Amino acid sequence: MAKKRIKRQSSKKKRIKRQSSKKKRIKRQSMKKRKEMTLKKLRSFGGVLYNQLNKGEFPWIEMPSRSTSNILYDDRLKQYILGKKHVKRSSRNIRHIRPVTQLVWTASFAYTLNKQGKTSTLRDIFYSAQAFDVPFKNQQESDNIITDLETVLGFAREDFNIFPEERSQIFGDLTIEYTVPGYEGNSLNLTTHPDGLAIGPALTTSDFKSTKANKIIVIEKGAMFTRLIEEKAFKKFKAILIHTAGQPPRSTRRIIRRLNKELGLPVYIFCDGDPWGMAIAITIICGSANAAHLKELATPEAKWMGLYSSDIQKYKLPSTKLKVIDIKRLRDMRKDPRYIAKPWKTQITHFLQNKRKCELEAFSRYGLDYVVKKYLPEKLNRL
Amino acid sequence: MSTKTTRGKGKVSNNEEYREISPADFFYRNRDLAGFSNPTRSLYSAIRELLENSLDACELYKILPNIHIRLSLEGDTEDVKDSYTYRIRIMDNGSGIPPEHIPSSFGQILFGSKYRLRQVRGTFGLGGKMAILYGQITTNTPATIISSVGNGKSYEFLIRIDILKNKPEVLNKKVHKNKIAWHGTIVDFLLDGNYVRAMPRVLEYLRQTALVNPYAEITFIDPSGRLYKFERVTFVMPEPPKETLPHPYGCDVELIRRIISASKCTDMLTFMSTHFHRIGKKTAQRFLTYAKIKKKTNPHKLNSSEIVHIVQMMKTYGDFLPPDASCLSPLGKDLLGAGIKKELNPEFIHVEQRKPSAYSGFPFIVEVGIAYGGDIPASSGIILYRFANKIPLIYDEASDISRKVINEGINWRYYKIAPNLPIAIISHICSTKVPYMTVGKEFIADRPEIEREIKAAIKTVARYMRIFLSRKNRIEHERKRIDLFARYLPKVAKFSTELAGKKKIPDIEPLLRSIRRYGKKED
Repeated sequence: MAKKRIKRQSSKKKRIKRQSSKKKRIKRQSMKKRKEMTLKKLRSFGGVLYNQLNKGEFPWIEMPSRSTSNILYDDRLKQYILGKKHVKRSSRNIRHIRPVTQLVWTASFAYTLNKQGKTSTLRDIFYSAQAFDVPFKNQQESDNIITDLETVLGFAREDFNIFPEERSQIFGDLTIEYTVPGYEGNSLNLTTHPDGLAIGPALTTSDFKSTKANKIIVIEKGAMFTRLIEEKAFKKFKAILIHTAGQPPRSTRRIIRRLNKELGLPVYIFCDGDPWGMAIAITIICGSANAAHLKELATPEAKWMGLYSSDIQKYKLPSTKLKVIDIKRLRDMRKDPRYIAKPWKTQITHFLQNKRKCELEAFSRYGLDYVVKKYLPEKLNRL
Repeated sequence: MSTKTTRGKGKVSNNEEYREISPADFFYRNRDLAGFSNPTRSLYSAIRELLENSLDACELYKILPNIHIRLSLEGDTEDVKDSYTYRIRIMDNGSGIPPEHIPSSFGQILFGSKYRLRQVRGTFGLGGKMAILYGQITTNTPATIISSVGNGKSYEFLIRIDILKNKPEVLNKKVHKNKIAWHGTIVDFLLDGNYVRAMPRVLEYLRQTALVNPYAEITFIDPSGRLYKFERVTFVMPEPPKETLPHPYGCDVELIRRIISASKCTDMLTFMSTHFHRIGKKTAQRFLTYAKIKKKTNPHKLNSSEIVHIVQMMKTYGDFLPPDASCLSPLGKDLLGAGIKKELNPEFIHVEQRKPSAYSGFPFIVEVGIAYGGDIPASSGIILYRFANKIPLIYDEASDISRKVINEGINWRYYKIAPNLPIAIISHICSTKVPYMTVGKEFIADRPEIEREIKAAIKTVARYMRIFLSRKNRIEHERKRIDLFARYLPKVAKFSTELAGKKKIPDIEPLLRSIRRYGKKED
């Protein structure tokens, strides 16, 4: 066991060293470049429609279909992707004229946002549209149009500064540098505030400058997140802690992916021991069907750390009986291609046999520091 | 004594007093039958009966009706009461009544000119007199009648009805000079009633009367002095009904007996071919052979069993021609249409008249109109206006045959007619004998022959309504479509120009024009 740990650490050190030389330069460029690319894409989208109009055509748009039949699981990428089917939206069609107008408006609104370096939320978009007399029936409709724009451009809405309401947090030894107007060049260490910092637009768009951490632990529940900060787990395990508050928002998934890709840090996901916890983990790893049109949200290298069904037995954690709906969900998961690999398949079977589930808070049964002293070291070692 | 009972033997002492009562007395005792049950209903019935008499007096002589009704409060009006005393005065420009008939026409129940087979509003010769009788018993005052047939004189009578004798009592008689050759009748008397409560019914009745008599001009002044004027919209009047003989299918023993006693014929062949509708020499011969009656038989010598035999044969002989419709006076498509347009002001209208048909020997014609929009409110179902012999039927709609057909007989979905559309159906039945279910003349009984005709008529007009509605929907849809493009396409142009960083917004007019052209082709 000891051998293994040394080996791991050394390899990690190497990796960080290898990357740290390029890190700063590349990263700084990447955020700026990305912004420019986004703006260019938006402009050229406008250009396409403009040219169609100039030729006397009804403007039309073609994009990959997001219908269920066109959402496929890519074994190589280990995530959902869109298939070859395309849909055409033409303003010639009475049913499409409204969505096309909404799409163009959203694009022009996003362009202005980006130009001015401002951000907006999904809810904002819904209301802003009314000022331009392109009303949406409800937020669902406006959210849908934003997803269309993502599909057309191949960029996530966070790239054109449209964010959902934030609720997840980050804490750990990571120094970032803001790129948002008014804060450009300011840097901040994410251990500054003991409650953690909200993963909002400013944080999502900032560059990573330096870190002493060597791993990322993603936590489903706020109580466990706070516990790990209080017990100084971030120091002990050299970890950046991320709190997802249930299903992680897409900006959080982006951050996880960037930390993994740009800093080369391994990601461990720590959720409730039930099918819903597993679903959170798999969304971080493989992405969701809803975001099949986007490639930069998933972190295929991330690992599901727990709680396993076998952990419940092994650590004698207080547990409750699985409900009918839990069992139904587990049965569905058996057919899902994302759960075919090792820990998933065996754990699903284990859940169905053991018929118990357990929340992260259950560790408190053995004292507040039990999870840090006993469970996490053992678990991290084994992975 | 008290324990003794009679067992059909011996003499039974009877102390009951048997006496005859006059028709006037009968209706005095049973005035509910004729619609004079309470102050509200009685006022409504009085106006209604008098107006219908006036319309008949004009129409039978093809005179364009001008009718004025005035209702004014009399005497003390301070207290809040159930009923007040009103003066009613109705004036028409009808044929007028010869002076010798005036007292009886207004003072003798069941006397009149209407006991013949032709289509008229009144049938019993009862209503107008009941109104006067009701006025007399509630206010104890006589009625004034002024009438002229259009010669140099007009006659004014002050009469009251002797209820026990069913005879008019002339209290005063005046003769006026009539230099302008005015013809018509004025009726003026006092009666108790409650106009405030009766008002909605009265006004609805007048409005519907105006609908079905578009050639009439009716003015009504209510007790507060408010004037309601229902204007004439056409000078065309329907042909007055011709008088007709009874049809053999509609005869009963009593009727045959009466015809025989009035007949001068001495053999059955001439008897049959003179006194019945749609029977000529040939039909009479064939019928007599069928009924096994000798041609030479003298009808006056028939005994009652032979008369019963003839009536039975008449019912079973299937080859009589159906009654013709010359005794009917339907409005016709144009007039009914004009009336509907006048009162409902609809967006669309279609009227159908069915061919004459008959039930139990009585000819009838069904006319049905359908109207959409205008003043017709959108309600949860189809609004129905019912008429019979040009009288609006206001009450008991739920029991009426037309309502039954609309609610149960027709699959409205087939005609694309959804509930809560502003649609009204106007049904008009003309007959020499409208099969009212009650004396109150409010709804028509379920006669299969009539039901069949109403159903067919409604189906026909509904077809036209379907065509109209789908056309309307198409136009509406087209308008919405063009609006949508006109609203959004300029925005697409504006935003994409901004987004592309261009200055000049592309011209989208040709695109919008192409939409419109395309739209027209679709029509």
